[in-house]
Amino acid sequence: MELLSKSASELASMLVKKEISSVELTKAQLDNIDKLNPKINSYLTVTHELALSQAKQVDDQRAKGESLPALAGVPIAVKDNLATIGIATTAGSKILQGWVPPYDATVVKKILANKMPMLGKTNLDEFAMGSSTENSAYGPSLNPWDLTRTPGGSGGGSSSAVASMQAPLAIGSDTGGSIRFPAAVTGTVGVKPTYGAVSRYGLIALGSSLDQVGPVTRNVMDAAMLQDAIAGHDPMDATSLPESLGSMTEAAKNDSVKGLRIGIIKELTGEGFQKGVSEKFNEALEVLVAAGAEIVEVSCPSFQYAIAAYYLIQPAEASSNLARFDSVRFGLRVMPEGAATVEKVMSATREAGFGPEVKRRIILGTYALSSGYYDAYYGSAQKVRTLIQADLAKAFEKADVLVSPTAPTTAFKLGEKQEDPLAMYLNDIATIPANLAGIPGMSLPVGLAKEDNLPVGAQFLAPAREDARLYKVGAVLEKLLEAKWSKKMMDFAPELKVN
Amino acid sequence: MTEITPELVRHLAGLARIEVTEAEVAQFASQLALIVDSVATVKAVASQDIVATSHPIPMSNVFREDVVTPSLTQKEALSGAADSDSGRFKVSAILDEE
Repeated sequence: MELLSKSASELASMLVKKEISSVELTKAQLDNIDKLNPKINSYLTVTHELALSQAKQVDDQRAKGESLPALAGVPIAVKDNLATIGIATTAGSKILQGWVPPYDATVVKKILANKMPMLGKTNLDEFAMGSSTENSAYGPSLNPWDLTRTPGGSGGGSSSAVASMQAPLAIGSDTGGSIRFPAAVTGTVGVKPTYGAVSRYGLIALGSSLDQVGPVTRNVMDAAMLQDAIAGHDPMDATSLPESLGSMTEAAKNDSVKGLRIGIIKELTGEGFQKGVSEKFNEALEVLVAAGAEIVEVSCPSFQYAIAAYYLIQPAEASSNLARFDSVRFGLRVMPEGAATVEKVMSATREAGFGPEVKRRIILGTYALSSGYYDAYYGSAQKVRTLIQADLAKAFEKADVLVSPTAPTTAFKLGEKQEDPLAMYLNDIATIPANLAGIPGMSLPVGLAKEDNLPVGAQFLAPAREDARLYKVGAVLEKLLEAKWSKKMMDFAPELKVN
Repeated sequence: MTEITPELVRHLAGLARIEVTEAEVAQFASQLALIVDSVATVKAVASQDIVATSHPIPMSNVFREDVVTPSLTQKEALSGAADSDSGRFKVSAILDEE
């Protein structure tokens, strides 16, 4: 088990030194998945044979002395809204049950090129809509820190897998916080890169102007190495940035925050945040100040409209993106009784194949885009986006990075937020602005909340294209906190009993 | 208070090609009314002189060379189809019998 708690960078180093083979490592990982997954439900598909054959290939190449990429042989999990050739890709929905893509997402191609054995596809809220995996058509994932609680969402499969040593690291996607929120509530690291830094080709689209693929890991260096592995211009994604953002791995080697200006976002502090969350957040800031950073207060007044704008833009874009699930070319086809036109087949299929949250958002999005309402709702929301970008630009004049607690609370209980759809949406209050503005954000663990001994995450934000700043400050904070605790965040996790 | 009537929900579901049940119509009507009320706040702050942002990172003229490159084969493209025939997707009648 000690092997499986090592970081991806440690494992990569062990593989290079031949202290372990990729087959041994991958097999140990798969054994742990077989043991824990029936209970935690992190994975929807486990690709035993594929992973082992990929691992063997790496071992053979290494034995021949071939030069290999940095993360070669380190196994990885992939969120199930990324297309993988020959492997079922469901997006957590019944409408894609058993769908086998005929193409790989670009990030999957990069994982293959980096020779990282793929362990399987992880669970998510249906079409990435949700913050708990309770909207998955295949059951929720559980939080390894407390099995009665959710591991966040939509990427709760990835976060729970990485937090329970069922994978050293994973790739996720983040539209309103789906990488960062699960990271915060599972004591892991999650990064949403600058919009366009990582290709969206092959990512089943939710909100095309908001989606971004990113790393889910147990430490900052692993996230840096993974972002470097998956980032880059992709001609298949027209929103893909033409330029490289530089090496995050190099940034994560940073050892100083002297003179770094850290802006606390006024609107993301105070009463809306659980006391223990604020406490740990403030302690983390004290640690950074003691190391030479400066704190400034910044204000982004437009943030009070962020959730509202997001829950107009995202459903609107989703309603358009999910129109392709129409029974014609792929996915579920439900034939209603009697003679039915293709339109009736479409309607019956979508009724049967989509869950309630997905239907709600499609209908809401349709409303926001419909004639007579377009300007008032969707149009207004797009203007809020402009205001948010303007507020952030002003804030970044005074600060190099901005900071907030990643989430208002620690992990909540299964079923706790099902009554009121609005309650669930509030989880994303701190993460949403980054997606609306296109800027990068990182959540990293800063301790356990006093009230419930559950993980707390702090979120750093940087200007667009300045992802390296996140890794620079994240690496230092992580090192300082681990020194303060004399252990790593994961060492605080309770023992997992799944029998 | 926004008027999300059951009739409006049925209309929107029709546009979205989702055959909702009556129970769903009632449930969605009340849930959506709550949500719309809360998101309507954007109207307050979005004045005339603000330009809308649709693309977070603006780019223009994203072109590629007009060269044919490998794509999906017909077989691959049909691989997910519920029904196909002679290299085409097969669906039910497009028009009503009447």
